[in-house]
Amino acid sequence: MIDERFDAIVVGAGMAGNAAALTLAQRGLKVLQLERGEYSGSKNVQGAILYADMLETLIPDFREDAPLERHLVEQRFWMMDDRSHVGLHYKSDEFNEERANRYTIIRAQFDKWFSSKVREAGAVVLCETTVTELARDAYGKVIGVRTDRRDGEIHADVVVLAEGVNGLLGTRAGLRPPPRPDNVALAVKEMHFLPRETIEARFNLKGDEGTVIEAAGTISRGMTGMGFIYANKECISLGIGCLVADFQATGETPYGLLERFKQHPSVAPLIEGSEVKEYAAHLIPEGGYKAIPQLYGDGWVVVGDAAQLNNAIHREGSNLAMTSGRIAAEAIFQVKSRREPMTAKNLALYKTMLDDSFVIKDLKKYKDMPALMHIQSQNFFLTYPQLVSKAMQNFLRVDGTPKKEKEASTLRSFVAARSWLGLFGDAFRFARAWR
Amino acid sequence: MHIIVCIKQVPDSAQIRVHPVTNTIMRQGVPTIINPYDLFALEAALALRDRFGGTVTVLTMGPPSAEDSLRKALTFGIDRAVLLTDRFFAGADTLATTYALAAAIRKIGETFGAPDIVFTGKQTIDGDTAQVGPGIAKRLGLLQLTYVAKINTLDLEAGTIEAERRSEGGVQVLQTRLPCLVTMLEASNEIRRGGMADALRAARAEIVKWSAQDAGVADIAKCGLRGSPTIVKRVFAPPPRAEKATMVDIAGQPPADALIAHIFQRAPKLEAELAALARGY
Repeated sequence: MIDERFDAIVVGAGMAGNAAALTLAQRGLKVLQLERGEYSGSKNVQGAILYADMLETLIPDFREDAPLERHLVEQRFWMMDDRSHVGLHYKSDEFNEERANRYTIIRAQFDKWFSSKVREAGAVVLCETTVTELARDAYGKVIGVRTDRRDGEIHADVVVLAEGVNGLLGTRAGLRPPPRPDNVALAVKEMHFLPRETIEARFNLKGDEGTVIEAAGTISRGMTGMGFIYANKECISLGIGCLVADFQATGETPYGLLERFKQHPSVAPLIEGSEVKEYAAHLIPEGGYKAIPQLYGDGWVVVGDAAQLNNAIHREGSNLAMTSGRIAAEAIFQVKSRREPMTAKNLALYKTMLDDSFVIKDLKKYKDMPALMHIQSQNFFLTYPQLVSKAMQNFLRVDGTPKKEKEASTLRSFVAARSWLGLFGDAFRFARAWR
Repeated sequence: MHIIVCIKQVPDSAQIRVHPVTNTIMRQGVPTIINPYDLFALEAALALRDRFGGTVTVLTMGPPSAEDSLRKALTFGIDRAVLLTDRFFAGADTLATTYALAAAIRKIGETFGAPDIVFTGKQTIDGDTAQVGPGIAKRLGLLQLTYVAKINTLDLEAGTIEAERRSEGGVQVLQTRLPCLVTMLEASNEIRRGGMADALRAARAEIVKWSAQDAGVADIAKCGLRGSPTIVKRVFAPPPRAEKATMVDIAGQPPADALIAHIFQRAPKLEAELAALARGY
């Protein structure tokens, strides 16, 4: 047991943990951050896209020295069947701005940089230190943590749980149930290295411009899931993920999906001749608003993936993590400045502030989407992509069939697959969940 | 007792690649680690400190980023860290490196107390010369024990140390006088995991940073690239071996017989030679 006390202990050094530790330290609190990995970023896995706005709030001049890959000027959505894709692309020169809005990053490098800012702000950062359990007083209030180091118990007024999606610590402590298989996706990702010029030519980019491809359809074999392809400076991040419950039910394998995705005729030419240097897998919280657990208690708050704060529809997670970490820190600072104890009653301020932010507002907006996508996964990820692909091909193929007949046959194919009632029902349910 | 341990920050060789065109080592993005052999030196020093008391100072020469390695060493429970960093040191071979390190060890002796033992790993995984330890000993006039697998006894009053030195074909048990320099062999011990107090102290520790001038280096011309007579003529990646592992179907035969039959089938000359040899007996 260490005699020294801290104002706050932050468990984890991902986006949420770093944002919390940085903000607490910037406000002058005595902060200890504990990370099990060799360094911040060594265990962190993301696509990864950085949303500048949320980082700017924390570190206004981050562009000066943060390791950024490419700024995004283009987004492509691909609806795929086995040999085709129907795409919606948006590319704008307006994204070529001095303070770009989104960047691709490599987390191992970015998090190291982020962590250096946390240290500079005055937090004590200990890596290779795993928190094994929460320390509580006789009344059950969290008073600190126990670690896997010798004499490793250490106390603080409040513990910020930024432990990531698995949330073993909070789960073990009974603060929340473990994530349900239908609320988390398992994603696998590879880093394909290619010369800069090759990447720029294949994606039609100049300089540090970047692009993102999000893909859904038969690549997930009827399961709820998505694929992605992100262009970095000298490598391409490529991956695919599906709900764990769907993997369980179908017996499909993540690596099997990834191999098929890579062999898809729309994808294979993009990565041809590349060298794979990294293979990673990670869970992603996909349950949305309804999966958010209790966010605070006596002596603790939970932030980021551990709190299931991820917007699966917009593929946003790191920004929700950063914002929740920052807001938790602001709330703790306010309680501390009022010289009040870190009780559940006082820490409820964190939830109030989070409810008022885009984090909870966005998740609330899509609260029915995860369930709809899961229950209707066969339709949304298999039937419709195939129908749309056939329709497009029917529309484009010139074979002497009168156009009117073509349109009629396309319509018939939709009705045959889903029936009129099904089509209207799907449209209605989708619109309602989106609203 | 005062022990100095010299360590080096090296690229993690498990993750290093050679550029296919330029044949240069691609260091960018390759994580750095403490030279694995140096971990045995660190643990040997800590074990002696546990038994006999005193302090352990860790020393490295390198770019400012080598501070990471020193901080890591502090988490094991090392008492003090010194970083020798100066652009004059860049590009040093072992001759120039030992010159600078010897100066720094002298300076550490003056500042924090004369060392009884200087430890190094047996060699580094990036240079692989095993010259720096002996080089330092020579420059400082220290007795040296190289390839040490185990330290048997240390008698501070008598000023003697006894160690087991691994040599080809056996183990030598050697005794010598202090102060001395010891280079530690791999697998001689296992580095400890520091406690929470050590980790906290390491995170906050002020690392002593010395330039060439601070360390009292007398002749800059003997440092870095200028002081290095070694010239790297060419770096190249060895061509990948064409031979591949093969699976041999032994079909119920005794494995050794099946393997020998398989080898002789592919190398009849070898079979003839071995048969000729066998006739000699």
